[in-house]
This record gives sequence, structure tokens and C-alpha cells, in this order.
Amino acid sequence: MEVHRFESVWAVVSVVLIVAWIGTVTYGAIGPGIAMIDDSGGEVDADRIADEEYDQVDGFRAPGVYNGSGANDYEVYVVSYQFAFEPGSIDPIEVPAGSTVTFYLTSEDVVHGFELAGTNVNSMAIPGQIAKFTVEFDETGTYGIVCHEYCGAQHHNMAGQLRVVNASEFGGGT
Amino acid sequence: MSFYEEYPFEARIVRLSFGVAFAALGVGGLLGMIQALHRTGAFRGFVSSVDYYTILTAHGVLLALVFTTFFIAGLFLWGVTESLGREVTSRRLTWTWFGLLLVGTLLAGVAILGGMIDAIPMQADVLFTFYAPLQAHPAFYVGAALIIVGSWLAGANYFLSYRRWRAENPGERIPLRTFMVLTTMLMWYLSSIGVAVEVLAFLLPWSLGIVEAIDPLLTRTLFWYFGHPVVYFWLLPAYLGWYTILPNLSGGRLVSDPLARVVFVLFLLLSTPTGFHHQYLDPGIPEGFKFIAMTNTMFLLLPSLLTAFTVVASMEHGARQRGGTGRFGWLRTLPWDNPAFSGMALAGLMFAAGGFSGMINAGMNINYLIHNTLWVPGHFHLTVGTAFALTAMALGYWLYPQISGKQLRLRGVATVQPYAWFVGMTLMSNAMHRAGLAGIPRRTAEPQYDQVSFEGVVGGVSEMRLQIAIGGTILFVSLLMFLAVMTATWLSGRDGAVLMKDVDRAPLSMATDGPRVLDNVRLWTAVAVVLVVLAYSLPLWSMVAGGPFDPGSAPIIP
Repeated sequence: MEVHRFESVWAVVSVVLIVAWIGTVTYGAIGPGIAMIDDSGGEVDADRIADEEYDQVDGFRAPGVYNGSGANDYEVYVVSYQFAFEPGSIDPIEVPAGSTVTFYLTSEDVVHGFELAGTNVNSMAIPGQIAKFTVEFDETGTYGIVCHEYCGAQHHNMAGQLRVVNASEFGGGT
Repeated sequence: MSFYEEYPFEARIVRLSFGVAFAALGVGGLLGMIQALHRTGAFRGFVSSVDYYTILTAHGVLLALVFTTFFIAGLFLWGVTESLGREVTSRRLTWTWFGLLLVGTLLAGVAILGGMIDAIPMQADVLFTFYAPLQAHPAFYVGAALIIVGSWLAGANYFLSYRRWRAENPGERIPLRTFMVLTTMLMWYLSSIGVAVEVLAFLLPWSLGIVEAIDPLLTRTLFWYFGHPVVYFWLLPAYLGWYTILPNLSGGRLVSDPLARVVFVLFLLLSTPTGFHHQYLDPGIPEGFKFIAMTNTMFLLLPSLLTAFTVVASMEHGARQRGGTGRFGWLRTLPWDNPAFSGMALAGLMFAAGGFSGMINAGMNINYLIHNTLWVPGHFHLTVGTAFALTAMALGYWLYPQISGKQLRLRGVATVQPYAWFVGMTLMSNAMHRAGLAGIPRRTAEPQYDQVSFEGVVGGVSEMRLQIAIGGTILFVSLLMFLAVMTATWLSGRDGAVLMKDVDRAPLSMATDGPRVLDNVRLWTAVAVVLVVLAYSLPLWSMVAGGPFDPGSAPIIP
């Protein structure tokens, strides 16, 4: 098969580009440790979440901020529903600066999204599934939480806030 | 003889298909402009923010499903008929697929319209992706299924023609256009099984109350099994234009026929095992399968990068045949005043930009930054919204005279139209990408919140809104220009058409220069199936192992 010289040069450069790009993603996972949201959160019965029967399910607790295993570790359990996050929408989620926070996110009704605007904290909230992801909050600040998956007629009103406060101002987890 | 004289029946079906496609394009485009004005806050008088989601659903279904499928069915019918030089084997089958597509469109359309009009006791405010547990009226799902089945039967026609041709021409290489149609359809058969299973086995029985609850993650996964390859079902017909028509319009020849076949084979192999890259942020799917999908997606860049080379090289060859010289000076001699040429050339240019933003989407960890933000529609308005849509318009200008016997009217308007599209899309898409970086979500009637403030990384948010509103309006004006040209041509009398053979020149490297194995579509289909099994069997099994309807969700009406 006749392949023109420039054609083969171009093809080689293309393959190098592709491999390099896959390499950057691999480095991102191994170096800075950007983990993917996966199946480690487990499954949960969405009806029990909707009925607030948190003591009846494994792997999920009543919505709120909990102390984790280490001194600076926290666990945040978030339920999304039409059209709010709990916690987040009525009361902001509050965590101290310098903390490592593991989120457990699920939905009691339809598919929602959970995004801290302008950051790479981003997850789907799917009924029946628990999304588990860990975030480091180094500095104080306020982040907007947006539902980025269409979830019904009032989707555009589904938002919330997360505040990273000074450790001295932090009221503590449960 | 012109195509419409030689194949009057086929020409009529192509005209009808294009007619429905462009009507859907007009309505869908109008809704698009309304959305651009609504969500930016420029003007919110057309619809309420609740009805916004009804027109958003209609925009997606009309453009991504109806416009594309009808246009492709028409284009492929022309491509196979012309390149094999034979009529369709079954006219009844032809009318059947056309009828199924039309009835499917009407059913889905009425169900969607019911979301805004109280007199229609239906709704389908579930958007183009119709994620469960949001539930539409069963008519919507039946409509979607009929469109898919209609496209399958349209494909059966191409394969029947090919079989007859092969019996009469043993040992000959498959004509390039037919090869492109066959590989595209094989990819489509393989990938649209996902949405067919989703609709027929889960959504439809669930919406009829036969099944109480279905698994949102499983149905989502089946949707994306189809949801990414479908974009190649849109893209490959545009490639057919870029490979087999654009070089001739440039005044030259396609550089390499065998390489074009390699590109289409790669798309057949790699298009389907990629769907998990739409689910990078979904819980319930192990990281490894996301990584496999990413690797396949990245390697799909290869056929597109090869296409970029071949298309530009073919254009340069044509320009030099026309007397063009210099490193870039040859660009000036290209027929920029021919809208069929400029439309496809500008579509290709924008597709290059869309390809790069697509690499960001496909990058597993950088995707966190832009997932479900306005970046994503910014990306696909460059790809399906320009690479496909503007190419379809350009092909409309080129093909309609041949299938109707009518010369193009309003030539001046047609000459300007692709440039108007280019300007409008540049404004809208660049601003959407940047808004996505700021975290502004997609699919939202009012992306303005009391609790959230978006900070532009590049430029200010109000400037982005303005560009989106102005860009969206220019795009609609460009669309009106296109529809005016097509309507004026349609309503004019027959005055003799251009003979396509005049511009159909053989490639520099012929099909016979490539290895025969390229034409072995059975082999490539088998490899494609194996890749799909590798990518999907384990994760799908883990989802259905605990019961195909668990963890289940009952329907929720939006």
C-alpha cells in the first residue's frame, strides 16, 4: 500500500501525541493522585434514603459532617433530592481549612449532579449508588454547589454552598 | 444523465428525507436561539423557565435524532445508488423505513409538545438523554424506538444493493462511497443495540407500568453504550463528504483511497467501546473500565488526525492544480465563493477545534473540571453542530440540484451563509467553553444562583453571556439564509442540473493500491464485536448480576 512520506510522518506524530496524552492522565492518577469516582462507595436502597431510614442501610449515614479517623479527616454524607442538597442548600456544608474530607453522595429520587463551581470537585449522584470521593481543603473560602444534571422543572434552583472556615471557628463534626 | 433522471425513485426519497431533515433543522435551530437568549438572561419572553426544558428536549431530539437520521438516510441512499450504479432492491422496504422514521418522529414530537400544551395529555420533559427515573410518556419511547428501527431498515437497503452488486462484480473493490456507508452502518448496528435494549427491555415496559422499577445506572450505561458511537454515526457521513466530494470541489483529487478505508475501519473498531468516558464521574463503575474506555477514545483521535491530513492535502493538491503557489498562498485559489466548498472547509476547520476540546473531555482526570458544564455543549456544537450540520448544509447545496434538476437559487445568500455560521459559532462556542471552565452548568434554564458566584478564568461572565446570545442569534439568521436558499430552489422550476460525473475524479492512490483485507468488512465487524465484549461484558454483568432491575427506581414524572 502506497503511503506518502508526509502521511507516515503525520501518522507517527499523531500516535505519539495520543500516547503522550494517555501518559499525562496516567501521571495524574499516580503522581498527584487524582482518583476516579468508582464502585467503592457501594450500592444503597434509594427508597430507604427517601424515607430517612439511615440506620437500615450499609455504607450511608444521616446527612451531615462527621469526624473521620484522623484528626484532620472528616466524612460528609450528602443526600440530593428534587431540588436541594442536604446538607448544602438550607445550611451550608462547613469544614475546617487544612482538612481531608471524604464525601458520600447519593440521590433519593432522580439523577443529580454535584459540582463545586470552578474546582475539579465534581460527581454524579445516581439513585441506588453511593459516590465516594476525597477532597483536600487547604485554604478558607466559600464554594458554590451546583446541580449540573437536569433533574426536573426546578432544576435551575438547585444549588448550595460549602464553606471552608478557620479551624478555630469550626463547630466540629458529629 | 443526471442522478434524478437516472434514478427518479431514489432521487425522490432523498429529496423527501432532506425535506424532513431540514425542516427539523429549522425548528430545532429556532429553539436553540430561544435557549441561548433565555439562559443568558438576554431575553426570557419566549417560554417560562419550566417550559425551557421542554424546548431543550425538542432541540436535542429534533437536531441530534431527527435531522441527523433523515439526512444520513438520504445521503447514504444517494451514495450507495450512485456508487454502485443500481436502483434500490426493494421500494417497499424503502417506503417502510421512511414511514417508520416519520411516524417515530411524529410520536416523539407530539409527546414532547405535550410538555407545553395542556390539551395534549402527554409529556417527555426528559431531554435527549432520557435518564431514568425521570419518565416520559410511552409514546416518546415508542417514537425513539421507531426512529432507531427505521434507520436499521434503511441500512438493510444498502446491504441488499451491495449483495446484488457483489454477485455481479466478484473480485472487484467496493466503491469508496459504498464502503464508507457499509462500515458506518455496521458500526451503527453494533452500537444502537444499546439504546434499543434500554428502550424496549426497560424504559418502555416501565413507562407502561409492566415493570415497577428499573436500575438508573444500568439504563444510563446502555444509553452511553450508544450515546458516544452515535456521534460517529453523525460524523462519518460528513467525512464521506470531506473525502469523496470536497477534494473534487477544490479542483483536485483525494490523496489516498486506501487510507480513507483505514480511517473508516478504525471507526468501526473503536467507536463503541468508549461509552464509559461519558460516565467518568458515575459511581458504581470500576476505574479500570473507565481507563479502557479512555484509551480507546484517545486512539479514536488517530483516524480523525489522519482525516485532517488527507483533507488538507487533497485541498492543497486541488489548489495547486488551479494554479495556486507558495507555502500558504495556494489557499487563495480555493473556491471560497462556492458554498458547498466553503461550508465543508469551514466545518472541517471548526471540527479541528472541537477535536481538541474533545481531548479535554476524554482526559479522565481533567474531565472533572468541565464535566456537565457549558464546556460540553460548547464542544459538541463544534462537532455535531458544525462539523455535521454545516457539512449537511453544504452537501444540500451540492446535492439538491442533482436530485431535483433545479439549479441553486439565491446564490448570493448561499455564498455568505457558511461564513455567517462560522462567525456565529465562533462567538457562541468559545464563550461556552470558557463559561464551562468557570463551572457554569449546562442544561439549565437560569444558570444564575443566589448561593453561587462564577468567576471567569478567561474573560468575564457577562461578556460570555453576551457572546453566547449574539452568537446564537447569528446562527439562527444563518440557518434562515440556508432555508431560504433551499426553499427558493425547491419552489423553482426544473432547469437542468449539474452532472456529478463532471467533478468526480479518481483518487491519487487508488483502492487497488491498498491491501484487499481492507474490504473484508466481516473480519472488521468480528474484531469490533470482540472489543465491545472486552470493554463491556464485565461491567454490564456486575450491574445485572444482582437482578437486572436492581437497585430499582420507580418512575418520577418531571
